[in-house]
Amino acid sequence: MTREELIIPENRIYGKPTLMNETPMHYCPGCSHGVVHKLVAEIIEEMGMEEDTIAICPVGCAVFAYRYVDVDWIEASHGRAPACASAIKRLWPNKLVFTYQGDGDMACIGTGETIHALNRGENIAMIFINNAIYGMTGGQMAPTTLMGMKTATCPYGRQADLHGYPLHITDLAVNLEGTCYVTRQAVNTVANIRKAKKAIRQAFENSMNKKGTSLVEIVSTCSSGWKMTPEQANQWMVDNMFPYYPLGDLKNTIVE
Amino acid sequence: MENGQKDIVLLKGNEVIAKAAIRYGYDGFFGYPITPQSEVLETLAVDKPWETTGMVVLQAESELASINMLYGAGCTGKLVFTSSSSPGIALMQEGISYMAGNELPGVIVSVGRGGPGLGTIQPGQADYYQAVYGGGNGDYHTIVLAPNSVQEMSDCMGKAAELTFKWRMPVIVLSDGMLGQMMETVELPPYRPRRTDEEIGKQCPWATNGIGLKNRKYNFMSTLEFDPAVMEERNQKMAAKYRQVEAEEVDYELYRVDDDTEYLIVAYGISSRISMKAIDLLQETGIKIGMLRPKTLWPFPNKIISQLSERIKSILCVEQCEGQMINDVRLATEGQATVFHSGRSGGMVSSPMEVVEDFKSMARERMSNNWPKGYWMK
Amino acid sequence: MAKMRGAIVVDIERCKGCNLCTIACPLHLVTLSSTVNHKGYNYAEQTNWEACNGCTSCAIVCPDGCITVYRKKEE
Repeated sequence: MTREELIIPENRIYGKPTLMNETPMHYCPGCSHGVVHKLVAEIIEEMGMEEDTIAICPVGCAVFAYRYVDVDWIEASHGRAPACASAIKRLWPNKLVFTYQGDGDMACIGTGETIHALNRGENIAMIFINNAIYGMTGGQMAPTTLMGMKTATCPYGRQADLHGYPLHITDLAVNLEGTCYVTRQAVNTVANIRKAKKAIRQAFENSMNKKGTSLVEIVSTCSSGWKMTPEQANQWMVDNMFPYYPLGDLKNTIVE
Repeated sequence: MENGQKDIVLLKGNEVIAKAAIRYGYDGFFGYPITPQSEVLETLAVDKPWETTGMVVLQAESELASINMLYGAGCTGKLVFTSSSSPGIALMQEGISYMAGNELPGVIVSVGRGGPGLGTIQPGQADYYQAVYGGGNGDYHTIVLAPNSVQEMSDCMGKAAELTFKWRMPVIVLSDGMLGQMMETVELPPYRPRRTDEEIGKQCPWATNGIGLKNRKYNFMSTLEFDPAVMEERNQKMAAKYRQVEAEEVDYELYRVDDDTEYLIVAYGISSRISMKAIDLLQETGIKIGMLRPKTLWPFPNKIISQLSERIKSILCVEQCEGQMINDVRLATEGQATVFHSGRSGGMVSSPMEVVEDFKSMARERMSNNWPKGYWMK
Repeated sequence: MAKMRGAIVVDIERCKGCNLCTIACPLHLVTLSSTVNHKGYNYAEQTNWEACNGCTSCAIVCPDGCITVYRKKEE
């Protein structure tokens, strides 16, 4: 078999999902956002929800998410995506409504909206990209920045007396009665990407089945913010982030 | 709700806001309790419109959340409203700017109280600037309607629903604690059905609700532009729309103004009701005084004020604050008439006699000083 | 015995040369090019395509969706 004989449409088994358009993404090389965007596009396509999805992106690196995945998107003001999504899901109960937020958006400026949307059990899915840093504004301290981790606004490392402690918003979500599914995933390896996809898919299905709020945290890298190569960033995440933010389901009330 | 009839009832202004919204086919309410407007949400909670018209009612965790719920709903083409009072509206300013920036529909009812800060829970009109000029960032306007009776509270909910979609911009209904709390008879409108999803799809092809996505490019709502030239274009487009609104939507009412009117009161909302009594008292003593009441504060009735200024002696601007609308009145006179302030503030409300006294001191000042036309005096 | 044959096609101009695909490939068949694309990135390319079994690992980890995978069972 020649290469030309192999590369024909009927042999195509994997590629960029059709819902993801040709616009080049603005993310830095190796950014976890791209993988999660791809998963979101794949899942919406697989669920056949293209005409029934309302996606809400945050302020942060994913502010331009609407440019890449061909569904209707709303860019919320900083931190308010859960409030925005709550209203939309209640007004459009048959739509798939999800938020896509970073750590600063979800766990800092928007903590109030996050906690209350989770606690009301809004039938929405929330995707939470936690890379422990503010990427878009240039690498400042995030609510989830690890102790000792250096950022532009804690250049000597995060210290409890100066900066307080990292906020475990996902762990908080577990204790709220409105949440049905709380999980922490990563997209650094093929196996983890497959698990993350399954988790997002379940979160989306929970939204459609009106089971309550689902929160999918994706422990992510920010190679530019962390000042590493994508490869080093993945390794650093495994060595430092995973012990602090261990992967796996934290809560799942859905009995299969 | 099936009779399709108007109903005449005796109700508080705040209760009427809720009942009128249900009848005008609003899709949702999102709000947070604050005195003196809490009866809006309370009435909705009692009436349970979600069981009849399907209207969504949600008590949000804050005014920040309420306005962003409004923002989300507006993005999808739904007709929704929130209501709050002065400090709550202050918290909403960012969201209003985002709604204006994305040219979204949404109705915000402001039941004003005394300020600044927590201020008082008594009626106030110190939030004229807040409503008309806004505290959100950027080049934007909102339409501001100013009812002066419980009946108009009801009517404004209908008018706001119409204008907010016609012009794709947020509409503020600027009321005050007195209008919100006082009871009057009111004719409630007949029930109007909420729009179906198909109707929303047709009416709002710009909305981000997924409808018809397979046959169109995706829609998005974003206020962020990296290219300043594009941002400027957006601003220019909005500015052109605002000029059109100014040309078409000015609304006002004249009270006892005729060809030989010598003095004019300009007042909106509750101050106009107080002023009407003061004008009646003054007319009994032979003084030729009338009132112009702006029913829209933005766009402001500049033209009629300018026209009247040509032939009257002076203007008394009555408002329950230390003087905010007075500056717009002065601009509108184009220097042709002297404008004086009358009003209480911080939750205190003028009596008609106080307005009469302020008029008399204005007239005395005017007689004892030979001011050139257009001299400004507070 | 039947053998899985695979090949990848890289969208060169979309690639940002993050190198995650070269690490993900269990058979070490993906490398970064010595030349650059229009953005100035060394893009991913497949070497020794005959050894590829079309496992899709490289494409799954690609954050920019640059890699399309083709696979066929060779009888």
